[in-house]
Amino acid sequence: MERGRLTGVMGPSGSGKSTLMHILAGLDRPTAGTVELDGTDITKLDDDRLTKLRRDHIGFVFQFFNLLPMLDARENMELPLAIAGERPDSEWFDQVVEQTRLGDRLTHRPSELSGGQQQRVAIARALLNKPSVLFADEPTGNLDSSASGEILDLIRRSVDESGQTVVMVTHDPYAAAIADRILFLEDGRLVREMTDPSSDDIIGVMKELGAQ
Amino acid sequence: MIRFSLRGLASRKLRSVLTALAIVLGVALVSGTYVLTDSITKAFDSIFQTVYRGTDATITGRNALDNNASNVGGGDSRTPSFDEALLAKVRALPDVKAAIGGVAGEPHLVKNGKAIAFGGAPNLGFSVDPKYPQFSSLKLSKGSWPGPNQVVVDTGTAKHKSIHVGDSIGVQAEGPIVQMKVAGLVKFGSAGSLGGATLAGFDIATAQALFNKKGKLDDIRVAARTGVSPQRLVNQIKPILPAGTQVNTGEQQAQKAADSTNSFLTFFKTFLLAFAGIALFVGSFVIANSLSITIAQRTREFATLRTLGANRRQILRAVLVEAFVIGLLAAVVGLFVGFLLAKGLFSLFDAVGFTLPNSGIVFEARTAIVAILVGVIVTVAASLRPAIRATRVQPIEAVREGATLPETSTPRRRFIRALVLTVLGFAAIVYGLFKPGLGTGGVLGWMGIGALMVFVGVALLSARWVPALAEVLGWPAVRIGGAVGRLARENARRNPQRTASTASALMIGLALVTLVAMLAAGIISNFKGAVNSLFVGDYVVTAQNNFSSLPVKVGDTVAKTAGVTAVASVRSDEAKIFGSKDQLTAVDPTIGSTLALKWKQGSQAVLSSLGEDGAFTDDGYAKDHHLHIGSPVSFLTPTGKTVNVTIKGIFKPPAGGSPFGPITISSALFDRSFQLPENMFTFIKMQGGESEANQAALERQLNGFPNAKVQNKSKFVDNQISGLKSTLNILYVLLALSVIVSLFGIVNTLVLSVFERTREIGMLRAVGMTRRQTRRMIRHESVITALIGTVTGIALGIVLGALLAARVDEINFSIPVGSLIIFVVAAVIVGLIAAIFPARRASRLRPLEALSYE
Repeated sequence: MERGRLTGVMGPSGSGKSTLMHILAGLDRPTAGTVELDGTDITKLDDDRLTKLRRDHIGFVFQFFNLLPMLDARENMELPLAIAGERPDSEWFDQVVEQTRLGDRLTHRPSELSGGQQQRVAIARALLNKPSVLFADEPTGNLDSSASGEILDLIRRSVDESGQTVVMVTHDPYAAAIADRILFLEDGRLVREMTDPSSDDIIGVMKELGAQ
Repeated sequence: MIRFSLRGLASRKLRSVLTALAIVLGVALVSGTYVLTDSITKAFDSIFQTVYRGTDATITGRNALDNNASNVGGGDSRTPSFDEALLAKVRALPDVKAAIGGVAGEPHLVKNGKAIAFGGAPNLGFSVDPKYPQFSSLKLSKGSWPGPNQVVVDTGTAKHKSIHVGDSIGVQAEGPIVQMKVAGLVKFGSAGSLGGATLAGFDIATAQALFNKKGKLDDIRVAARTGVSPQRLVNQIKPILPAGTQVNTGEQQAQKAADSTNSFLTFFKTFLLAFAGIALFVGSFVIANSLSITIAQRTREFATLRTLGANRRQILRAVLVEAFVIGLLAAVVGLFVGFLLAKGLFSLFDAVGFTLPNSGIVFEARTAIVAILVGVIVTVAASLRPAIRATRVQPIEAVREGATLPETSTPRRRFIRALVLTVLGFAAIVYGLFKPGLGTGGVLGWMGIGALMVFVGVALLSARWVPALAEVLGWPAVRIGGAVGRLARENARRNPQRTASTASALMIGLALVTLVAMLAAGIISNFKGAVNSLFVGDYVVTAQNNFSSLPVKVGDTVAKTAGVTAVASVRSDEAKIFGSKDQLTAVDPTIGSTLALKWKQGSQAVLSSLGEDGAFTDDGYAKDHHLHIGSPVSFLTPTGKTVNVTIKGIFKPPAGGSPFGPITISSALFDRSFQLPENMFTFIKMQGGESEANQAALERQLNGFPNAKVQNKSKFVDNQISGLKSTLNILYVLLALSVIVSLFGIVNTLVLSVFERTREIGMLRAVGMTRRQTRRMIRHESVITALIGTVTGIALGIVLGALLAARVDEINFSIPVGSLIIFVVAAVIVGLIAAIFPARRASRLRPLEALSYE
């Protein structure tokens, strides 16, 4: 994965795109091969070190947001730092809040937020510890089209403005179109690669792969 | 649908097992109680059958205080003795083949200056007559039968204390120690053990001398000639009986003897069953809560069933069948755990040297039936509410994300209902306590029902204050655990009803434990106050076990100690006063130098001037029976003597009680009125007060009475309350079972919550929560839940204790702070233990589950 760029991972159901991401993010272990993050082979780490690695160097955005219902937006955002026993850098916090446009929603609980707002909280949560890489698993999979647009825009801007490295798994060609580079998987193999794609290009490739 | 229920249970094995565990303990206690008491009953029955072997008729004294039932003939030194001349008359009757007379008492065997005793078991002693082996329940296993001033001892005691034939051993009954030669060792006839009792047999003259019954007998056993029925024999004996004696057939006598132990065993059984009931009640809370949670988690499943055409009744039936199966399994397991429990208790008592009478474990069909019925009924009853909720699930929930279970009614209505229940419960308790003339059963009944209602009511209400309580009680968790502690606190608060129900199970146990601790503290502080205000002497002599009586000679002997300035004993026996059986006490004229009473009428001088016809009473009894100075009182002694006395003083006892019964007379009059006068307490005042030299001098003087114990004031207080303290410990152990049941409840709730929060915990793991932190989070939540239950329980216990203290004079309102601190610490430990398993499960969830679990 290239640093400071947005990499999309695509493929039909069962192609192994989620598995790839889980392995890259240190959530699962490969049967063979290695994953290196900032020069560390993360496949060799034990559970504790892997947890710390995720905490300090990896950000997650999930399809179902996965916010804690009893915490408000701000507490949800600060959760990983709180678990690590750290305090957020207040300047960076303000910047993230501004980026995600959550300034007036910080004291709201997830149940008081729309789907798009909840996902923005989740992204803010992921960005707040300045991860080396941010993994997004179908971030728009559970959102309507306008909220999807907002979220994709937000992810794209984090790459452009802050140089954030992002890996996004999706099967939505319109979402994938914001990527700098797309990897197509099929039956667990890398079958195609594409840079600066448009959604039409993506649909084309998808059809091609599906037709085989 | 039934198959569906069973499949569902099988697929949720862990949850079903955890739910069932809550009921297993309660059922085990029920079945264990039955097995234990049935076994002891059978053992006693066989003992008495052995005792009355070969006896067609038994003549015993008649206790004038009892209307028809006699005491155990010959087994009880309190039954009046009769003149031995009767024996010759009985032997002269035409249908009598053989007859022997016997006396019995409680002799202490003394070896190396120490009385032999096993736990609280009695020391049985009686006369044996080898000329009439047909009556004997003893078998000689070594040596020979006793001659004059000889003794035979049971093989069990002999083995434990290495006593051999030919040894010399001390025997002490009504007089000082007598040295006797051990003539032989005997075995009690029946196969079972006699408990920890020591047996000693003497020839008749020796026994009469030892037990202060010269020329008297406690019983005559008669065998009829062949062909004569026991009833005919009894009819023949009746006309020659002098006043104060009675005759029964041997069978009747064995039955009566067994009945008197059975009434104690019935009490014992009821007592244990009450605690089993409490454990089951707590278990029903746990079951109801666990089922509520699992049913909530299966909302979508029920909705799907509804879309597939299941009607509400089928849903109801599905849940109830599930509960029935859980209840049945739990009951069967509980039944056998109870069986093992009873067996274990026998061995435990054996191991601590207090062997229970045992002639094999008895397993009655009734035990199985009751245990299984109780287990099933409690479980099914507890499942009713969740089952009804399950029927309210709408089919549409099948297609909704995050569908929740509909409530049975609005929060407001539930609140009002809970409030009404609580208030009614308290009303029932107050009615039971303060309504005059309810009787013990009525008071306990009203209080029990009231307490049940209060517990349920408070459990329902407590959902209201759980968030606030969690906030406060979660403070240490936040301090210690930081972000993890805060998450734990929020988890405890997010579903107040669930946390409240879980905590309530613990609340019940804690409320009862607190109540018990408060009552004990109240009684103890009152008792100490009473001793401090009454006792102005230096030493007290009581029996080693603190409650038995001692021979009168103990008082006479100790009076000869150098330096003693006053000795006064308190004697005690039963008498019928104003038509009811009551305690009658007597004092030496010197009692005023050792006890200072507060007088309402009369003065301290009354104590030394009771004379031959004086008596004093306390203000409560005086009020109840309209007594004043000069009022005549008459009482009936067990031997049938009526004694008339006049009230000379009325004193006001302290709240903690006094050593006196309702009526107290002079010991001179007492000794003439009662057959076998004995001392309860002997109070001593000495020159120099309490000192080691004085204590040693008194002990030396009492060398011949190994059962007498010399103690100073503070030792006396400690010894007197030690019985209360051991009772307290037994209550704690029994209530601990309820606490264990509620511990299972916490485990259950946590496991179910962890299951429910799989995705959430996965997310936390994904964003950097370590396994240890995950475990810590669950532990904190568990401890917070336990603390909520504890604090609510302690508060409730204090309220209940205050109500009791307001009613009962003997109980002071005092808060046992030390005990309460221990309870809180124990609750934290309960929380930590309960969290072990759920925390491990939570920490093993893989972060991947956050993304894939659905």
